[in-house]
This record gives sequence, C-alpha cells and structure tokens, in this order.
Amino acid sequence: MQAPADELLIGRIAQGDRLAMQVLFARHHVKVFRFVLRLMRDEMAAEDVISEVFLDVWRQASKFEGRSAVSTWLIAIARFKVLSVLRKRREEGLDEATAESLEEPSDNPEVAIAKLDKGEKLRKCLGALSPEHREIIDLVYYHQKSIEEVAQIVGIPENTVKTRMFYARKKLGELCKVAGIDRGWP
Amino acid sequence: MTIGNNGMEHQGMGHQGMEPAEIEAMLPWYAAGTLGRRDRQRVEEALRSDPDLARHADLVREELAETICLNESLGAPSARAMDRLMAAIDAEAIGAAHRVSLQGMTRRFSSFVASFSPRTLAVAATFATLAIALQAFLLVDMLTKPAGTYQTASVSEGKPRPGTFALVRFAHQASAAEITKFLETNQATLVDGPKAGGLYRVKVAMTQLAKEELARIVTHMKQDRVVEFAAPSE
Repeated sequence: MQAPADELLIGRIAQGDRLAMQVLFARHHVKVFRFVLRLMRDEMAAEDVISEVFLDVWRQASKFEGRSAVSTWLIAIARFKVLSVLRKRREEGLDEATAESLEEPSDNPEVAIAKLDKGEKLRKCLGALSPEHREIIDLVYYHQKSIEEVAQIVGIPENTVKTRMFYARKKLGELCKVAGIDRGWP
Repeated sequence: MTIGNNGMEHQGMGHQGMEPAEIEAMLPWYAAGTLGRRDRQRVEEALRSDPDLARHADLVREELAETICLNESLGAPSARAMDRLMAAIDAEAIGAAHRVSLQGMTRRFSSFVASFSPRTLAVAATFATLAIALQAFLLVDMLTKPAGTYQTASVSEGKPRPGTFALVRFAHQASAAEITKFLETNQATLVDGPKAGGLYRVKVAMTQLAKEELARIVTHMKQDRVVEFAAPSE
C-alpha cells in the first residue's frame, strides 16, 4: 500500500506541493538518516546530507519514472551524496580511518567487547565491519531491500550483491569469533 | 563462493536444480522477507530437508534482529534537517518567482511592441538608430579629443606654442570665401576665436619670427579690405 502512496506524493511534489514534500520527508527521513549515519558516523553531516537528498527529490520529482520504489530511489540518492562527501573529506585529508580514530579513541576493544552480552557483542561486531559490508548488511536486513534493489542502489550486478553479502556475513562471523562468540559459521 | 563447514555439501543439487551455495546465499533475503515467491519456496523446501541449513538460517535471523536493533538505536535527526530543507525550498521558490516575473515583463513588452503598426515601428527604429549613432559619435569624439580631461588649463597656457601669431578682426561684410582667400594669401591659419571684440588669433608663421618681421606682416594684413583690425600677438 505504501509504494503507490509514495508515488502519488512524488507526483504532487513534482507540481510544487510542499505539504506532499513534508509527508514524504516525515515518512522516510529517519531511515535515510540512519543509512547515512551508519556510513558517515557524523550526525551533523548526516543531517546535512538528508536535507540535500530531499532537496534533490523536490527538484527532480518530475523525472521520477517509478522504475524502483521511492525508498530505493531515496537511498540511492543518499548513497551518492555520502560518497561525494567522503571523497571530499579524503581530498581534504580527513579520511575515514582518521574519523574512526577520532570517534573511538577509548580503551582496548577486546576488553570492552568481553564485558558485553551476546547481542551487544554482535552489534559491536556489526559496527566494526568495513563501510562496504556495513552498507550491504543494512540494506538487506534493516532497509529490507531485495537483491534487485540492492543491485540498483549500489550499482553492481545481482550475483555480486549475493557474493558481497556472503562475504560481509563471513567477516561478521570472524569478528564474532574474535569477540568470543562461536556461532558455528563460517 | 564456498560453503562453511556445516556439511551442506550433502544437499547436492536437490533443491530444484539450485546449488546449495545459491540457497545459502539467499538466506538473508529469505529472513528479511524480500525474496520472490519461487525463490522463497525453494529455500523453504531446502530448509525442511536440511537441518544444518535450518541452523544457518537461525544465525541469519539473529544477525537481522541485531542489525535492526543497532539501526533503531541510532535515533532520529533533529528538526534542523527539515528546517534546512524547507528553507532551501523557499529560496528556490523565490528564485523561480523572480524568473517568472522577468518572463512576464518580457512578454508584456513584446505585446506592447507588437501593438504598433509596421510604419510606426519603422519610424521608431530609424530614430533609435540615429540616436545610437549620435551617441556613438559623441562618445568617440569625447574619448579621442587630445585636450581631454587629463590636460589642465594651466599646463595648456604655460606651454610655449611654436610659431608667430597675430590678432585679427574681420570686416562685417567679409564673406567666408574672402576670409579663406586672405588666410591663403598670408599663409595664415585660424587657431583660436572668436574672442572678445570679435578677434581671431591667427598663426602667421610656423617659427618664431622677429618683432620687425611680424610688424611688417601685420601692416600688410591691415591693407586687406577684409581686415578691420590687426595686431601682433604673443
């Protein structure tokens, strides 16, 4: 039921309907924000990015052809914006490794993880994945995107989507093992 | 893609022609409920016949639950994001309104011009062309005049001008042709005037002549009937 309603909203936005824009924003901005935040790890920057994402929707609503779900379109725009910002940061010398080290300068991660329960440990390991693996796991598990939709968002073939997801999960299993959780796979 | 150490190799090609690795690779989408009907049925069939695969599916569900939990813990953006968006949209709307207003003015001007007859338009265009040409002439003249704005009066007067000069007042009845002939005869040129009393300054020689020579020339000039008055000048 939601997808057609989203498309209707996009049609109204294309005609300059600000209320439709507010409804679409209210419906999707939290999930888009979380997708962006997981990749950027910077709340202020993530808020700026989602404003830019919805401004793009305002400008380009008339070009939306409905070939994908509106939420998929939004995440694809967000992903493009995030990559642009991260690329700019790298050019300015503030790469991701630096950002991560600034964000988590605390104590020995192994000691910290050992104190956590299984769920917390698993979440910590999910957070420790590379951006590429974080992205695909979030898209599949949290944003509930199909193989085809992930392929559209990330711009890779469907078989590569499956392979990347497999290796992301494998890496997660390895991190869990290091954290003291033996899940029996891989 | 390799399979783990859980013995799924025993599945062989049993799931409607799909490799076990393919079934395993689809488990995340199966758990998330985003598989198509056919693929979902294949996975369900494999899960019923393979306990190891079923155990693997439990791991996938666990990952899914924790991923959702992790994302939900991230909270929501502040109202700043919405405010920033609406401000940007307002700014675009104002810009668009200005563009529309300019277009409207252009349209109104076009309609105004179109309401005139072709003859009126032709006359107006001629006048406009003449006005532009006159303006261009005045501008060129102003810019190319040597005594421009950068030359002061004091400098001009202070500069010694080469040549010998005389002051002349021409007779009222003298015609332009007669004056021209007079100047040619005396090899003189008008350089200034008319000044007070109808006097003109004429150059009688390119070089500085002796006073006696200038007096002789002035006396000769006075004899011409087109000249009413003549005197040496500095």
